[in-house]
Amino acid sequence: MAAFVVNGQNVAVDVEPEMPLLWMLRDELGLVGTKFGCGAGICGACTVLIDGEAMRSCQTPVGAVQGKSVLTIEGLGAKELHVVQKAWIEADAPQCGYCQSGQVMAAVALLAKNPNPSDDDIDSGMTNICRCGTYPRMRAAIHRAAELAKI
Amino acid sequence: MTIAFTRRAFIRASPSAAGGLAIAVFAPAFAGAAQIFGEPAGSDSAIGPEVNAFVVIDPDNSITLRVAKSEMGQGVLTSLAMILAEELECDFAKVKVEYASAHRNLVDHDVYQSMGTGGSSSVRRSRVFLQQAGASARERLIAAAAARWGVEPSACVARGAVVRHEASGRSASYGELAADAAKIALAAEPAIKTPEHFELIGFPLKRIDTPLKVTGAARFGIDARLSGMAYAAVANCPVFGGSLKSYDFSAVSGRRGVLAAVPVTNGVAVVADNFWRAKEALAAMPIEWDLGPAASADSDEFRAEYRAALDGPLADGGGHGDVGAAFASPVRRVEALYEVPYLAHATMEPLNATAHWRPDRVDVWMGTQSPEAAIARAAKAGGVDPKAVFVHNAFLGGGFGRRAVNDELTQAVEVSKAVGRPVKLIWTREEDIRSDRYRPQAALRMRAALKDDGAPAGFEFTTAVGSITRSLGWGKVENGVERQAIEGLANCPYRADALKVLVNLKNTHVPVMFWRSVGSSQNAFAVESFIDELAFAAKRDPLEYRRSLLQGRPDFLAVLDALADKGDWGKQLPKGVGRGLAIHESFGTIVGEIAEVAVKDGGAVKVERVVACVDCGHLVNPLTAAMQIESAVLYGLTAALFGEITIRQGRVEQGNFDTYPIAQMADAPVIETHFVLSGGEKWGGLGEPGTPPIAPAVANAIFAATGKRIRSLPLKNTPLGA
Repeated sequence: MAAFVVNGQNVAVDVEPEMPLLWMLRDELGLVGTKFGCGAGICGACTVLIDGEAMRSCQTPVGAVQGKSVLTIEGLGAKELHVVQKAWIEADAPQCGYCQSGQVMAAVALLAKNPNPSDDDIDSGMTNICRCGTYPRMRAAIHRAAELAKI
Repeated sequence: MTIAFTRRAFIRASPSAAGGLAIAVFAPAFAGAAQIFGEPAGSDSAIGPEVNAFVVIDPDNSITLRVAKSEMGQGVLTSLAMILAEELECDFAKVKVEYASAHRNLVDHDVYQSMGTGGSSSVRRSRVFLQQAGASARERLIAAAAARWGVEPSACVARGAVVRHEASGRSASYGELAADAAKIALAAEPAIKTPEHFELIGFPLKRIDTPLKVTGAARFGIDARLSGMAYAAVANCPVFGGSLKSYDFSAVSGRRGVLAAVPVTNGVAVVADNFWRAKEALAAMPIEWDLGPAASADSDEFRAEYRAALDGPLADGGGHGDVGAAFASPVRRVEALYEVPYLAHATMEPLNATAHWRPDRVDVWMGTQSPEAAIARAAKAGGVDPKAVFVHNAFLGGGFGRRAVNDELTQAVEVSKAVGRPVKLIWTREEDIRSDRYRPQAALRMRAALKDDGAPAGFEFTTAVGSITRSLGWGKVENGVERQAIEGLANCPYRADALKVLVNLKNTHVPVMFWRSVGSSQNAFAVESFIDELAFAAKRDPLEYRRSLLQGRPDFLAVLDALADKGDWGKQLPKGVGRGLAIHESFGTIVGEIAEVAVKDGGAVKVERVVACVDCGHLVNPLTAAMQIESAVLYGLTAALFGEITIRQGRVEQGNFDTYPIAQMADAPVIETHFVLSGGEKWGGLGEPGTPPIAPAVANAIFAATGKRIRSLPLKNTPLGA
C-alpha cells in the first residue's frame, strides 16, 4: 500500500510498488490529463511535479512517491489558472494538445527555479517533445508567464 | 475581435448526438475518475433540436455548431465553426462546437459529406458547403420569424442570433424560432457571402480548444474510460508480412490483474486490468513468430535497389515538349541523385482504440482521421452491420496521415469480442514506430540540359518510390504512375522547353502511406535542391535564377518577391551561417521558405531562423494558419535533420525517441510567417504545404554556408565537419 498526496488529496493505493506513477494516475485514479508518450522518460508527456520537482511519471515507480506530494495538470490551477496556463492561452501555444499537460508542468517547474529564464535557459530546461512544433509559441509563453508572475 | 473564454469547456458531449466530441467539462481533481465520455453507450437516434444537421439551437438560445472533420491540432474545430457562424449571424464567442456523428452521416445520406480529414482539404472542400449550411439555417430562422409575424422575410434582419422586423420593432431570438425553423423548407437556397462581406472569416480568432488543452481537460482517444473496461497491450509481428506462430499465456497468466491473451490481426494482445500490467505481462510472455519472406531484408539493399530502379522499367509520369531533342543538342548537362528514407509519423499520442463489442452493436472511442473507414473496419472486425457501429471520435494527439488507416482499431474490436467487455488497446511507442505505415523511401535522378545562359532546355526527373495505393491495397496502379509519386515533379513550375517525368513504383515489404505532404515531401527536396545546383552551375543567384524561370507564374513570383524582402535575401550573414531558399506548391498553396542555418566547425547544424511566405488565396483564421506553417516547418525539420527508419533483418531498427529523435525546443528556429494572398477563386490548403520547402531550404543553406551539397536525408548522415 503506497500512501501519498495527489493534488492536495491523500491517496492510498494497493498496487505493485514498481508500477510507474503514470499508470497509477491514469488507470487507477482516472487522472488522464497526464499522458503516455514514450514510456522511456524521453518525451516528457507524462511530466508531473513531485514535491515541486518536474518528474517523468513513466519512470517514477509508485513506491518512490511514498509520503510525497504529486501535482498533476488537473491539480494545477484547479482554483485559478496558473500563470503558465494563462500565458499558454495568450500565446496560443497548443495545437493537437497531447504533449501540453507535460509541457505546462515542465514550464511551471522551470519558472519556479528560474523566474527569469533566458532563451538558452528555456532551451536547456524544456526537453519535452512536441510533434506539432509548438516550441516557438511555448518559448514566447514562458517569457510571458515570467512577466505575469511579477504582476 | 476577441473571444472570452470561460473555464468551462466549450465542447460538450451533447445529449442529442452521441457522435459528439466526447468531452466533459473541466474536471478538477478526481472528477476525472468519472466517465469522461458524455454518453458511453452512444445514442445517435435522438437528433435535435437542430435547424439543420450542422446547427443546433436550444430554446435557451445556446448554439451548437457541428464540425465533420477531425481536430488533430490544425484548428478545424475553430475554423470550420467560423465558416458556419459567418453565415449564421450569431455571436461566435457564445457558440459551442461538437463533432458531427459519423453514424448519422452513414444513415442520413452523407449529410456531412466526406468526414475524412486529410490532404489539407478541410477548408478547401467544405467551405462552400458550410457557408451554405450556415446561410440556410439563418434564412430558415428568418422565415420562421416572418411567418410568425405575418411579414415578408425580406423585411427581417438576422444579427447576433436575433431576428428583427425593423418596421414593427418586433424581435425574436434564434432559440425562440429554432423549432419552427427546423420545419421550414426554403423555396431556394440563399446565396452565400462573398469574401468582401466576411466578418469572421479572415480574422485571427482564438482557438476554442486551447483552454481544454492547457488544463488537461481535453480528452483524446487514449483517455477513454468505460465501466468494466480492460486494457490491452499488443505485440505486432516484428517483420511486416510475417505472422504469429505461437505464444505461451501460461507463463504470465498468474500475474496480478492479467486476464487473457488474444491473438489479433498481425499479432497477439495481453489483456489486464491496467495497461502497465498488460504491457509487462506481454513483454514476459514467450511468443514465436513466422517471420515470413522478408526476414532478411535490409536497408542497404533497399538503397541499392531503389538506385537500380531508376534505370527501369519506367512509366511515363507526364511532361511536355521533346526532352530527347533538348538533351541531344550540344548543351551543358547537370545530373544529381537524391535519396530519402522511410519516415515514421510518430504522433505524440501512440495509436490506440477503445472498443466495446456486443453481438448487435460495436462502439468505438478513438481519434481517427477517417470515421467512415473506422465504421467499416469495426463492422468487419466485429461481424456487425456498419449501421450498428458508433465511432465516438475524440481529439487526435497528432495525425499527420497516420490516423487515416486505423490498424489498431481492428485489434481493439477483436480483443473486446474475445473477452466480452470494453477494451482499451494501446500500442507502446515501440509498436507505434515499428508498425507504422511509412513515408516511402525513394531515389530521384534529376537531369537538366542547360543553355548557354544557364536556362534549362530540358528537365528529366526520374523517381523510384513505393506505391501508396498498392501498399494500402487500394488498387494495382496498372499504368505504373500514381499521383503521390509525381506530385511536385510533373507540375514543376520552372520553365523549360521540355520536361519528362519517369516513374518506377517499387515497393518493399515495408508498408507505406500518407505522411504530411506525401509525395511533395521528397519531390520538393529533389526539385528545389536541384534548382539550387543548376543556379550554382550557371553561376547565378539562386533567387534570381528561380525568378527567371518563373516568368510565366506571377503567383510564384509574388511569393518569391515577398520572400526575398521578408527573408533578407542577399544581406550579409556571419561566417558559418548560410541562407537557403526553396519554394513549392502543394495542396493548392504556394509556400516559399528561407532558412538561415549555422554550421559549426564540428559540423553541428542549427537552423536559426525560417521565414515563410504563403499564398493560399484566402485565409479563414490567420492565427491557426500561421500555426500550421510553424508546425509544418518543424515537422519537416525533424525529418530533414534526423528522420530515418531503417530495416535490418526485416525489422525496423528504431523504436523510441532515442533512436527516432524529434526536434526539441533547442532545435527550434525562430519562424516568421507572412501571407501573400492572391484571393480570387483560390482557397489553398494549409496543414501540409509548409513542410516540403524546409528540407531543401536547409540543405541549400548548408551549401551556402559550407559548399557541401546534401543529396540524401536525413542530413545527419552527411559529414559537415571541417
